[in-house]
Formats: sequence, C-alpha cells, structure tokens
Amino acid sequence: MLVLTAIAVVRMRSLFAIAMLSGVFSLLSALLFVTMDAVDVAFTEAAVGAGISTVLVLGTLALTSRFEKPTKRSPMVPLFVVLVTGAALIYGTLDMPNFGSPDAPVQTHVGPDYLERSVEEIDIPNVVTSILASYRGYDTLGETAVVFTAGIGVLLLISGLRLRRRRDDEDEDESEEV
Amino acid sequence: MRHHLILRVITKLLVGAIMLFAFYVQFHGDFSPGGGFQAGVIMAVAFILYGLVFSLHNVQKVFPPWLVHKLVALGVLFYAGTGIVSMFLGYTFLDYGALVPSHPSSGQHYGILAVELGVGITVTAVMVAIYYAFAGRPPRLSDEEW
Repeated sequence: MLVLTAIAVVRMRSLFAIAMLSGVFSLLSALLFVTMDAVDVAFTEAAVGAGISTVLVLGTLALTSRFEKPTKRSPMVPLFVVLVTGAALIYGTLDMPNFGSPDAPVQTHVGPDYLERSVEEIDIPNVVTSILASYRGYDTLGETAVVFTAGIGVLLLISGLRLRRRRDDEDEDESEEV
Repeated sequence: MRHHLILRVITKLLVGAIMLFAFYVQFHGDFSPGGGFQAGVIMAVAFILYGLVFSLHNVQKVFPPWLVHKLVALGVLFYAGTGIVSMFLGYTFLDYGALVPSHPSSGQHYGILAVELGVGITVTAVMVAIYYAFAGRPPRLSDEEW
C-alpha cells in the first residue's frame, strides 16, 4: 500500500491530489508504526504527518498554481541515484538483527536499565514519557527549542513578505487616489 | 458567506471535542500514549479547523496573533524555567526530584507535567503561527479553480 501510494504521488501532476495522497501515505505509515508497537510515534505521525502537514501543504498550494509543470529533463539520472541509494540501504539492513530480537543492541544497552529503574524512580506507567521528559530531559528541551526556532524562522520569512506587500498595496491605492 | 452549512455545524460540534482530546493527550501522557508534542498539534488542529471553516479573521479574534507569538516563546521559557527552579532548589538542571524532596517520584510527576505543558504550549503556538503566516497571504487561486 505504501509503495502504491508513493508511485501514485510520483506519477500524478495534480498537486491537490498529491497533497491528499501524501496525507494517505502518512496515515499508512502511522498504521505501520502501530503494528510495530510504537504507539507514541504512530500518534505523532498521524497528527503531524497526516493532519497538520496536509493542511499546510494545501495552504501553500493556494499561493501557487494547481498543476505541476512537465519537466523536460530525462528522469534517468535521478532514478539511478535513487536506485543506488535504495540498494545501499537494503544492503545495510541485511546485517541488522531481526525485528524484536532480544540480542539487538537496542535491547541490551541502556534500554533494560531504563525499564527497570523507571518504575521506582519515576513511577509512571508510560515509560516512553518518563524517558522523554525525565531521563532525556535535555534532549526534549533541545527539541522544543528546535520547534521554537522553526516557528520563528517561518514567521520572519513569511510575515515579512506580507507586511511588505501590504505596504506596496497601500502605495498603489494612494497613487490611484491622486 | 452562508455556504457550507454542514461543514459549519460539524465544525462547531467538533472543535470542543478536539480541544478536550488535546487536553486528555496532554495530561494523560503519563499513563497512555501521548504527550506535549502530540497534544500541541491536536490543539493547533482545533484552531486551524475553525480558521478553515469560519475564515482567518474569526479565528484571529479568538486567538490573536500577538498572543500566539508570545506563547511560542513562553513554552520554551516554561520548560527551561522548570530546570532553573530545580537548580535553585539545590539539585541539578531538570532534576524534578527537587520539586518534592521528601518523595522524589511524585516530584518527577510534577516535573514531567510541567515540561510537557511547556512543550505543548510551544508546539500549539508554532503550528498556529505557521498556519496564520500561510493563510494570511492573499491566495492566487480562486475557489472555482479547485
């Protein structure tokens, strides 16, 4: 399903349908995360990927044109790069331990330590939250700062343009009145 | 401006429920999946949905842009402030045991709630601010072209 949606996104020219299909793609990956028992990640993917980004993409779409311009360049070079990268990634996964394997580094390093200590030290049932907010509090502070910076960046870029355009419009109005 | 009657009625019903769900995800994050990031996004969705259906002007009356911009910074300050408080109480930065020294694990509960609230405030405000920034520009596509 994921692959089919991705192929449809690449083949289509209507940007509106592409925006909707990327929402579908996010929702499908959220389902994939649920089947892998990563409920917190799935929640985020469904809310951010399928919800907010689709709305933002549609909002951007209203500022541009409706259809993608057909490109004249040959698709062979990008296709080659993508295929080589994909093959390298798949080759890399061959050495990885099986999903859920008890020997995986993820299960033998700090993971069990957190799981054992979380109950007595933090005493909340959702270990994801206790790791995120307490053991890894610095990281989450950093993530919040990243979100903050992204917001400030978008505001500076886009709101500045808006003010300038409004000023231009006012100038035109005045000249018309004269 | 009286078109989309069904959308308007359903939106009025849903906005409250979405906000309630956001608060549930925010403050129940200790016990079930969720937390500040997800709750912030869901809360922002409530405002964005209202803005999509009832126009940007109306949602900016409810949640004015100057307040959004203040909240963007307030969330990060709230998070970092929690760490500073624990430093003033003689513990290390972001060690929530400082909040209730006699019972460290309930101090952890308060600390986690506080920082998740900071995350939630920032994420909500940033998402709404980005939406305002995009939706506030005059669109080039008219409604018929969709």
